[in-house]
Amino acid sequence: MAKISLIVNGNPVTANVDPRTLLVQFLREHLRLTGTHVGCDTSQCGACVVHVDGKAVKSCTTLAVMADGHEVTTIEGLAADGAPLHPMQEAFRENHGLQCGFCTPGMIMTAVDLVKRKGHDLSDATIREELEGNLCRCTGYQNIVLSIAAGAKAMANSDRA
Amino acid sequence: MYEFKYHRPATVRQAANLLIKNEDAKVIAGGHTLLPVMKQRLAAPPHLVDLSHVEGLDGIEMKGRSLVIGATAKHADVANSPIVGEAIPALAELASLIGDPAVRHKGTIGGSLANNDPTADYPAAVMALGATIVTNKRKLKPEEFFQGLFTTALEPDEIIVKVQFPLPKKAAYVKFRNQASRYALVGVFVARRPSDVAVAVTGAGSEGVFRVTAFEEALKARFNAKSLDGIHVPHDGLNSDLHGSAEYRAHLIGVLAKRAVDAANGKA
Ligand SMILES: Cc1cc2nc3c(=O)[nH]c(=O)nc-3n(C[C@H](O)[C@H](O)[C@H](O)COP(=O)(O)OP(=O)(O)OC[C@H]3O[C@@H](n4cnc5c(N)ncnc54)[C@H](O)[C@@H]3O)c2cc1C
Ligand code: FES
Ligand code: FES
Repeated sequence: MAKISLIVNGNPVTANVDPRTLLVQFLREHLRLTGTHVGCDTSQCGACVVHVDGKAVKSCTTLAVMADGHEVTTIEGLAADGAPLHPMQEAFRENHGLQCGFCTPGMIMTAVDLVKRKGHDLSDATIREELEGNLCRCTGYQNIVLSIAAGAKAMANSDRA
Repeated sequence: MYEFKYHRPATVRQAANLLIKNEDAKVIAGGHTLLPVMKQRLAAPPHLVDLSHVEGLDGIEMKGRSLVIGATAKHADVANSPIVGEAIPALAELASLIGDPAVRHKGTIGGSLANNDPTADYPAAVMALGATIVTNKRKLKPEEFFQGLFTTALEPDEIIVKVQFPLPKKAAYVKFRNQASRYALVGVFVARRPSDVAVAVTGAGSEGVFRVTAFEEALKARFNAKSLDGIHVPHDGLNSDLHGSAEYRAHLIGVLAKRAVDAANGKA
């Protein structure tokens, strides 16, 4: 077992884990943060994207021990329970950016990272290019792209990153 | 995934000692090749030696006339580095085309080279630019380092420390992606070097990255896409799979090489 200490959604967490525990398993099974999903076995779908030190990473392809000492944000960390949604979440709701919702947490975490890197005025082409690591089986992407463009703009007028 | 012991050395020397002491131990850098393989139980190293806490292994700097990139520099670091963008923009471009944004936040140049996937991007740059791979034991030229499919000259306790890229006069990389995996179906890196021209191809060769001497000779005479007219790459020895036949890949090499020469000449 290995002892790890990290910050998850702003809260310090300490745990003993088997080193082979994936970050996504740790989040879902140990911390019961089940908003982060697992959609594939090949690191390709992006349903598991979380932020580690503010950067989008695939939590299915990271060991929990590799997150030791780092700061992790999951979809649950974007807005507190009962509080207004994060502008990117609100944009997905407003623009019908989801159907079954399985890919949505990963899409939103990827989108927030994208806005941090490329700003609030995103072209369709940029958004589509940046979504190459996130697969959706339902929507055909059209409304996801619309949602991200709108969410990016809304984030400019919000105090939430 | 099978059980393993996890080690977190602070120096390359400690990491190397862990590799010597523990049979079948493997280093892990970004984990974006190793972990998927371990999840599928295609690899089961009993010990993992994590390089991510080794200080100073991810630097990017100019040393004389060479660009030096540390082994644990991530693809996103290389893609966004103003130093790389200034020294060898083609290399920054190549890094920006690897996988997707989340992959680029974790994957490293050292891991990519050590893995020597026949469809990986960095091997093409290292081969065409004539880079030197510096390990904890020695310096290796690309021709010695790459030894076929997923095979390199690295010994079990050898660790890539950095890669030194001599600056080309001009260079460009053009990649035709496999739409599903994002790896290169074919990628061509063309470099006009101070005294010659090198053309390296990834994605196509059944033995991994290789150079196209016929293109190099023609481009050395005149560095123009037209120089490649009428020169065909033979398709024997090229990969044939559901994504494309050997003939198709041979054709793509010619097309992409011309585009790369145009891009290097600023005629993108
Ligand atoms: C969805 C997806 C898409 C991808 N697309 C592309 C793509 O388009 N193009 C591309 O080129 N790659 C692609 N990759 C691979 C990616 O670039 C990997 O990150 C990279 O090949 C391996 O780097 P790593 O740091 O993750 O290595 P790891 O997975 O940590 O290690 C890989 C191997 O290298 C060894 N190793 C690592 N570092 C060193 C070192 N310093 N010295 C000696 N041995 C070392 C390890 O022991 C292991 O055997 C993709 C990966 C994924 C998951
Ligand atoms: S579950 Fe992580 S990429 Fe699919
Ligand atoms: S909404 Fe169902 S997978 Fe994207």
